[in-house]
Amino acid sequence: MEKNIQYVAILLAIWFIVSFGFGILFADTLNHFRIGGFKLGFWFAQQGSIIVFVILIFVYIRLMNILDAKFKTEQSSEN
Amino acid sequence: MSVQLWTGIIVGLTFLLYIVVAVLSRAGSTSEFYVAGKGVNPILNGMATAADWMSAASFISMAGLISFMGYQGAQYLMGWTGGYVLLALLLAPYLRKFGKFTVPDFIGERYYSQTARLVAAICALFVSFTYVVGQMKGVGIAFSRFLEIDFTWGVIIGVLIVFFYAVLGGMKGITYTQVAQYCVLIFAYLVPAIFISVLMVNNPIPQLGLGGTLSDGTYLLAKLDQISLDLGFQEYTISNKSKTDLFFVTAALMLGTAGLPHVIVRFFTVPKVSDARKSAGWALLFIAILYTTAPAIAAFARTNLIETVDNQEYSSLPAWFNNWEKTGLLSFEDKNNDGKIQYYNDTNPAMTPIADSKGWQGNELTVDRDIMVLANPEIAALPAWVVALVVAGGLAAALSTAAGLLLVISSSISHDILKKWLRPNISEKQELAAARIAIAVAVVIAGWAGIDPPGFVAQVVAFAFGLAAASFFPAIVLGIFSKRINMAGAVSGMITGLLFTAFYIIYFKYWGGTPDQYWFGISPEGIGTLGMLINFAVTLSISAITPAPPAHIADLVENIRTPE
Repeated sequence: MEKNIQYVAILLAIWFIVSFGFGILFADTLNHFRIGGFKLGFWFAQQGSIIVFVILIFVYIRLMNILDAKFKTEQSSEN
Repeated sequence: MSVQLWTGIIVGLTFLLYIVVAVLSRAGSTSEFYVAGKGVNPILNGMATAADWMSAASFISMAGLISFMGYQGAQYLMGWTGGYVLLALLLAPYLRKFGKFTVPDFIGERYYSQTARLVAAICALFVSFTYVVGQMKGVGIAFSRFLEIDFTWGVIIGVLIVFFYAVLGGMKGITYTQVAQYCVLIFAYLVPAIFISVLMVNNPIPQLGLGGTLSDGTYLLAKLDQISLDLGFQEYTISNKSKTDLFFVTAALMLGTAGLPHVIVRFFTVPKVSDARKSAGWALLFIAILYTTAPAIAAFARTNLIETVDNQEYSSLPAWFNNWEKTGLLSFEDKNNDGKIQYYNDTNPAMTPIADSKGWQGNELTVDRDIMVLANPEIAALPAWVVALVVAGGLAAALSTAAGLLLVISSSISHDILKKWLRPNISEKQELAAARIAIAVAVVIAGWAGIDPPGFVAQVVAFAFGLAAASFFPAIVLGIFSKRINMAGAVSGMITGLLFTAFYIIYFKYWGGTPDQYWFGISPEGIGTLGMLINFAVTLSISAITPAPPAHIADLVENIRTPE
């Protein structure tokens, strides 16, 4: 259970940093950097954050599947 | 073949498809009617959720909004996607483990109170109803604009279609129809975007094309920044507005997404808890395909529009311009009678000397933002069937969202209010009949309101998110993660959050509040975030000074959080 909360906290921290951090609060600073035709802050605000959101959920699905499997083996070894 | 004929054929075929799917997936029990028998494959559920989520506004209006807002449009892009991370990590799996039918079910049981259940049911009804009226209106507009059918008849056709498959199939019928609708709408959105991306920046992937280079070797976005500045608008890729407000609006949309009943209920329809997480992931992936394409369309369309019209002879403009003028979405008024179109920001004082020296007498072009998606295929000179496809896509987006909302309305009435409160003794058969009657009545009222929407409806939709964020979100999250939160805390939190947010909105929208009175510069669209913080504070402090909830609630929370 605690492990789950830890995962959630880390993933939500990343969620916050890419969207509210890179996309809004630090966008002006990041705009000094470029990838191709994108200013970096603008890219995070309109593309990057959304892509990171999708990745975060799939990472969480994977982590939880591993945790669930562990939980099951612990349960069955207790019985 | 003409655009109109193509539209008739493609729209007719998609409607036939929806009806066939609906007949094949009829509902036989309340469980099938409310939550599709909890048997939906998570990937298909992800598709259905995406179609449910993306409304006529996402499909038709969002890219246009972004093209006029530039960087600031990020509030919709991040705001309407970021909530799925919260759903997947904090809500969906736990609510699925709880295993009932509706959001008021959870609120009512977790806070051991019929009042809490009733308040939640009324909130769900209110939010869903205002939202659904906008969809019916969207259906009417799509029909009247493209098939030259009267607006009223357009809405009636939409009502009949939704009536048929929602009443017959309940959540089961709606879900599988939405899967079909997702396919139609995403195809319709991507085809013109890909064509235009190839034409403008020679890249078949619009998401990359947004950062691509134009034929003259400059970056598309750099060019767009420059021409925007030249015409007195702000630079496209940067913001000169308050970051605080952007922050709060984005947060309100995200938190509201995670609190909207018609979104949450989707995660009740899958077989297992792990499937609820998977569904959220797939839903966001399917949504992201459209949401990362939208900013590309926005930038392409903006550049295209300016380049096509700026200082051009009116008589030499391409045919699409005149076609869209007829619809009133574009209008040109030759203020200085030079026969050319001057399009610039005439409210920017820096433009006055430039305009004076060139003999301009004000901006002459008015553009409705919806045109950015609707006219895109014509601007890029794509074939007539692509135009027809866009119409079918817009209808798919509107109908799928309307159906999902109608289901929440019907389950709030037949399950939360009738079965769980007024008449606990009715049989399952009677409850199912009540659910069908409720959805039938709701769709008729929604259609009627869509034909002649009460003035408040259009405005309220935009605030549904703030209200959901300020009421449901804290009650659900705390209900899952804390055993100590009790009924008194949750109910007073919900009521304070809701009232605070509603009054702020009403004050600035109806009672003559002006923007310079905004608290911390937060606009009414973003106030839900502050309402949510207040809700959290009230819930936590009231719970701390009142007795802990009964023992069976602690067991309930424990059970929700134990893996299957």
